[in-house]
Amino acid sequence: MKRSLFILLNSLAIAGFSQTVQMTRSGQVSFFSKTPMENIEAVNNEVTSLIDTGKGEIVFAILIKSFHFDRALMEEHFNENYLESNKFPKATFQGKITNSTKIDFTKNGTYEAAIEGDLTIHGIKQRQAATGTLVVANGKISASSIFTVKLADYKVEIPSLVAEKISKTVEIHVNCRYEPKS
Amino acid sequence: MLTVAMNLSPNMNRSFIIAILVLLSASAFAQDDLMKMLEDETQEVRKKDFTTATFKTTRLINGHSVENVAPGVLDFRISHRFGFLSSGAYELFGLDQASMRMGFDYGLTKRWMIGVGRSTYQKQFDGFSKFKFLRQSNQMPVTLSAVGGIMYKSLKFDNPDQVNFLTSKLYYSGQILLARKFSESFSLQLMPTMIHYNLVEGVNDPNDVFSVGAGGRMKLSKRVSINAEYYYQLPDYKLPNTTNSVSIGFDIETGGHVFQLYVTNSSGMTERSFIAETNGNFFKGDIRFGFTISRVFTIVKPKL
Repeated sequence: MKRSLFILLNSLAIAGFSQTVQMTRSGQVSFFSKTPMENIEAVNNEVTSLIDTGKGEIVFAILIKSFHFDRALMEEHFNENYLESNKFPKATFQGKITNSTKIDFTKNGTYEAAIEGDLTIHGIKQRQAATGTLVVANGKISASSIFTVKLADYKVEIPSLVAEKISKTVEIHVNCRYEPKS
Repeated sequence: MLTVAMNLSPNMNRSFIIAILVLLSASAFAQDDLMKMLEDETQEVRKKDFTTATFKTTRLINGHSVENVAPGVLDFRISHRFGFLSSGAYELFGLDQASMRMGFDYGLTKRWMIGVGRSTYQKQFDGFSKFKFLRQSNQMPVTLSAVGGIMYKSLKFDNPDQVNFLTSKLYYSGQILLARKFSESFSLQLMPTMIHYNLVEGVNDPNDVFSVGAGGRMKLSKRVSINAEYYYQLPDYKLPNTTNSVSIGFDIETGGHVFQLYVTNSSGMTERSFIAETNGNFFKGDIRFGFTISRVFTIVKPKL
């Protein structure tokens, strides 16, 4: 009898947990490097991300090979020489919405969110903080954020020959539209 | 968690307490659970992963590699070939005798590229079409391409008094390229080749020259690799007094350029001239220095 209660409670816990999770497989992450010599831009439209509104948590998985550039050769060099996508196929982010108590995920509206967590790129994990905007509309969440990362923090080496063409910090734009996960 | 709870609890009350604890601790586990959920999700959608950059550029040294220029990209290639190093100081070890080929290659699709060129050697025009049939990936062990080429020697006829046909100065080449990138730094390629001559000099010379090429590259650093290429001509199907083409060189990549520096015993820079008409003996000092500069221009930007 009590065992069935135990199972019931557990399944309630799991059900309660998953109801607050929303997901996207088509999130967009793009980055920009601007120098007087050359602008570099790449877009990835196949980012997978999960957000748990109950716990105020957010995670991302970003396949490096899915970043696409204007110039095919840049894309090849990005994968081969800079991010070494065969060795480190994906970047991940695992973080918390630090002000999640101030966000009412059940009410339509636009909320400022402060996010902090571990960003792993090129096999190197760094603490990263960012601010973003969360829009809640009819129970669905859209998230966007702009922040910068230093290439040196992630041991992305820029040879001196092209140092003038690649900025030392790149700006990262994130745009995701989540759907409740079934 | 469930089994643990039951093993530890012969007593029902305790199991109830554990259930409460599990509920409470859900938040502590949640972050890892979310990450695990993400891993499960990304596992499901694991796509076909194509191998890229088997070689640095579309030519191994003299001959084609399985690499294509990307769609919408124009590759401008200038190749230089000098005289024999064995020709001595008077000829500055061959540098006084330069011959060159200028070429434009263009990528039509991900699998198909075309190109045209003009060599000073015999005032030759050439064109080719290269198509990639198989692409190495996590499901396919090799890349397979086919190249068809046509060459036209625009040098005036040796004997203008006889009846000459324009087609006598046309040559065709056909190659199958089979390559595999074995590791990040090591790739190998095999290339069975046939060259057709509409007109040959001697009565007994074959019109079809058959050869098998083999080549490879080893990366020395991220941007420098060492390449080698060899074409073995089948003895019964080769032109008289010709040798097999041997080449060794470096690929050096600098942003938008690739520099290829090499030594070879061939003077021509198209399939017909370097595979079928090489006459130097590499191992007896008949070595020429050569280099190619490849510069790519994006003509049509891909839709992001």
